[in-house]
Amino acid sequence: MRHPKYSHAVGRATCLVAGVLALVLCAAARGSWPAGVPESYCRKVNPYAGQPEAIAAGGRLFADHCAQCHQPDALGKGKRPSLRSHLVQHATDGEIFWVLRNGILAHGMPSWSMVPEPSRWQIIAYLKSLGSTDDAVPAAADTRSTSSHSPVPAQGTRP
Amino acid sequence: MNPQPARWSAALSRAGFPFLLAALVAGISLLLIPGSAAAQEPPYFVAYSHAMEEPGNLEFTMRNTAASPKFGNPFGSATMEMEFGTTAWWTTEFYLSGQATGNDSAVFNGFRIENRFRPLLDEHWINPLLYVEYENVNEADRSLLEVVGHDSVQDLTVPNAIQRAETERSLETKLILSSNFRGWNISENFIAEKALNEGEPAEFGYAIGISRPFALAGSPRACTFCRENFTGALEMYGGLGTTDSFGWRGTSQYIGPVIAYSIPRGPTIAFSPNVGLNDNSLGVLYRFSVSYEVQQIFSHFHGASR
Repeated sequence: MRHPKYSHAVGRATCLVAGVLALVLCAAARGSWPAGVPESYCRKVNPYAGQPEAIAAGGRLFADHCAQCHQPDALGKGKRPSLRSHLVQHATDGEIFWVLRNGILAHGMPSWSMVPEPSRWQIIAYLKSLGSTDDAVPAAADTRSTSSHSPVPAQGTRP
Repeated sequence: MNPQPARWSAALSRAGFPFLLAALVAGISLLLIPGSAAAQEPPYFVAYSHAMEEPGNLEFTMRNTAASPKFGNPFGSATMEMEFGTTAWWTTEFYLSGQATGNDSAVFNGFRIENRFRPLLDEHWINPLLYVEYENVNEADRSLLEVVGHDSVQDLTVPNAIQRAETERSLETKLILSSNFRGWNISENFIAEKALNEGEPAEFGYAIGISRPFALAGSPRACTFCRENFTGALEMYGGLGTTDSFGWRGTSQYIGPVIAYSIPRGPTIAFSPNVGLNDNSLGVLYRFSVSYEVQQIFSHFHGASR
């Protein structure tokens, strides 16, 4: 028969492992983009939207922080998705802001919360100024094309 | 004739000179290499925030510390750090340290390897990070990258020949709590360190930092001295005793401002004068660092095919 002290230790370890697993599963399940973005973020308005100076500043910030993965033309490369896909270009500014703040850590997109908020809005203003490369593609085909090139996953999945 | 330069020269010709020379060359090289990008983390010297290295990026940092203890010889310490973003939630770092002490010698101190993990995948008001470090450094280490237990200024006055003979292998853990709010970063670190090869009690320490860029929005035009390229910070750190005698008594404590400047498309340099807050501490401690981030290090070894 097991010693009671040993049983308690095993029980505590099992609870700890189960708790960590539950946390990981919750984190993986809840963060789909843009479906998982809270309503409060979806409604956020970019204070710099359409402003030429902000777009220029956003372009410089994009070159410093984003182009290393998403390429200077924002079209992505390999597993690093395009930021000019229909999905991104038609997402609300708030939804993109949410991704910049939280990242999608499980899939390689880091959090950019250290970049101050105004700078993040400038990056979004720049991104939106680029326009979509997918808009000529029919909507049905669009979902397939964004699954490999979107900066964030198609609805319900992570990238 | 002042004998000081001759003593320094003799000291530097010993074992630690190659390391310090390599560190100096590396530091100067970092200043000259074009095409880097400024890292996004706060410019703390001792405290850690929840900023992780971006996946695939490799950041080199030279951290230098200089001080002149009241009853000891002046010293300079150099630590080379290599920080790699393994994933978006896991950063790993390797350190090499050496020091030169006036009227004494220059010695290589040892290495550290650490890993930082971010257990929560979303951004929160307070973001926890777990830090685990293995260090193999001798007692002559002067980098003061962490102050724990009853570390004091007296430790810095013992001759290198005695201290370098004692190597401590220890495991250090930190709980890092960090928050971002309206451009400000506030970070609190709680440190616990246990020597693996000695029967000493576990030692504790802390570090707190607060920082903010001088400008929150980017400038539309490229400019070398824009406010957004500068960051200010304030750091405070010190020991918290051991499991046998926890508390402030007999510990050393420091506080100091930090100013950092990110050269556009170049390295980030930072400077911080630290002031000792009690008799167990050094009076003044000067810190200087140069860091350079190589983006997507492995892409330099692969073809640029899309």
